[in-house]
Amino acid sequence: MLGTIALAKEGVLVHHIAASLMRVAVGYFGAVALAIPLGVAMGWYPPIYRALNPVIQMLRPISPIAWIPLAILWFGVGNASPIFLILLSSFFPMVVGTIAGVHSVERQYIRAAENFGITGMKLLRDVIVPAAMAQIVTGMRIGLGVAWLVVVAAEMVAINSGLGFLIIDSRNAGNRYDLVVAAMVIIGVIGFGLDLVMRRLELIDSVRWRYVR
Amino acid sequence: MSADIKASDVRKSYQLEDGGTLSVIEGLSLNVAQHEFVALVGPSGCGKSTLLDLLAGFQKPDSGSIMFLGQPVGRPSPRGILITQKGSVFPWISAWRNLTFVLNGMPEEARISRAQHYLELVGLQDFASAFPYQLSGGMLQRLELARALVVKPEVLYMDEPFGSLDALARLRMRQELLRIRREEPQTTVLVTHDVDEAIALADRIFVLSQRPMRIMRIVEVGIDHPRSMADPRAVALKSSILHDLGAIGE
Repeated sequence: MLGTIALAKEGVLVHHIAASLMRVAVGYFGAVALAIPLGVAMGWYPPIYRALNPVIQMLRPISPIAWIPLAILWFGVGNASPIFLILLSSFFPMVVGTIAGVHSVERQYIRAAENFGITGMKLLRDVIVPAAMAQIVTGMRIGLGVAWLVVVAAEMVAINSGLGFLIIDSRNAGNRYDLVVAAMVIIGVIGFGLDLVMRRLELIDSVRWRYVR
Repeated sequence: MSADIKASDVRKSYQLEDGGTLSVIEGLSLNVAQHEFVALVGPSGCGKSTLLDLLAGFQKPDSGSIMFLGQPVGRPSPRGILITQKGSVFPWISAWRNLTFVLNGMPEEARISRAQHYLELVGLQDFASAFPYQLSGGMLQRLELARALVVKPEVLYMDEPFGSLDALARLRMRQELLRIRREEPQTTVLVTHDVDEAIALADRIFVLSQRPMRIMRIVEVGIDHPRSMADPRAVALKSSILHDLGAIGE
């Protein structure tokens, strides 16, 4: 415990937390930006779904850990490798959640939109996405959880900052298990905090209606 | 009066999974005049909803023709709005936004005054910013009606629109609908299995048979509004229609 306080005082802890959060932020928002439009397109247009779904379902079960050697080969030992791994691993739950959300949009809303002559991008943006939003947000929550899970694993290899590095470095530098456990607790607390932030998304209008009874 | 809707010899069947065919409509013809209120009354499962789908363009007939304002029915369009029991008001936007959202490509000012007018017409002016889940069943159905009317359709198709309401709210909706019609007459095709509702609202009632659907009888109601269900003519009409439908014996 004393070690943890010492670390905190030296600003080392803040430095590691910030490094991890930065990687998660970049990788995660990159995944959001890719997964949601792709999921909407796949959910709405059956040919796109038929073409891409097998690829996604084949890549999805491969553990992010298995990608580490390739990530290092492609992106080197800087920030790009863990960001790539985070993007990759949080992409799948979000794309699958978005597709499922679009598939479960109630037919009466699609018919009404058709009846009122709402088509194209307006249909997708203002009818399909809000109707699917609750499941999209669920996918985003799972995605962020996975991202936080993977950043730690990614930082244990080929990088020298972040909470994952702190854990592996604490053990290697003289079996400082107090620091190892402290880092684990911090990871848990931050993960909890991130989920609380995500739950705020359930308050937006296009999600809230699903949960009101 | 010009015919707004003219269906001739319409046939529709569905392919079943076991390879058979289910004939839903066999050679049905009907006309609906401008500003007329027509009710289609039939037993459940007789294909009433399919017929409305065909009229509104959501499905294509196998054969026969459906003309709408002198042209064959194509895709669904705002010229004929379909309202169903399920309700399709968008739950993620406010009552107000539901009305303005469907007014595509109109100048902002016209949009606002149009939406305001129809929200007032159905008596929801105080609920403009409410979300659909905050409204009662009856209010929701009034909002559905306002959203349909706001685009000024030529025809309103109603498929058991008040089916999910309680008895009291249903009676109130009838009065609402009649009041709105007095202010803005609207060609309307109502599908219902509620004979009272048909008699209370319609100019003409089409009594439909079991599947495959055909028209058994066309009844001119011919009673002045406001109609009372206790009116001997209404009582006689009701029992004769129920008799046609096999709901009461000799």
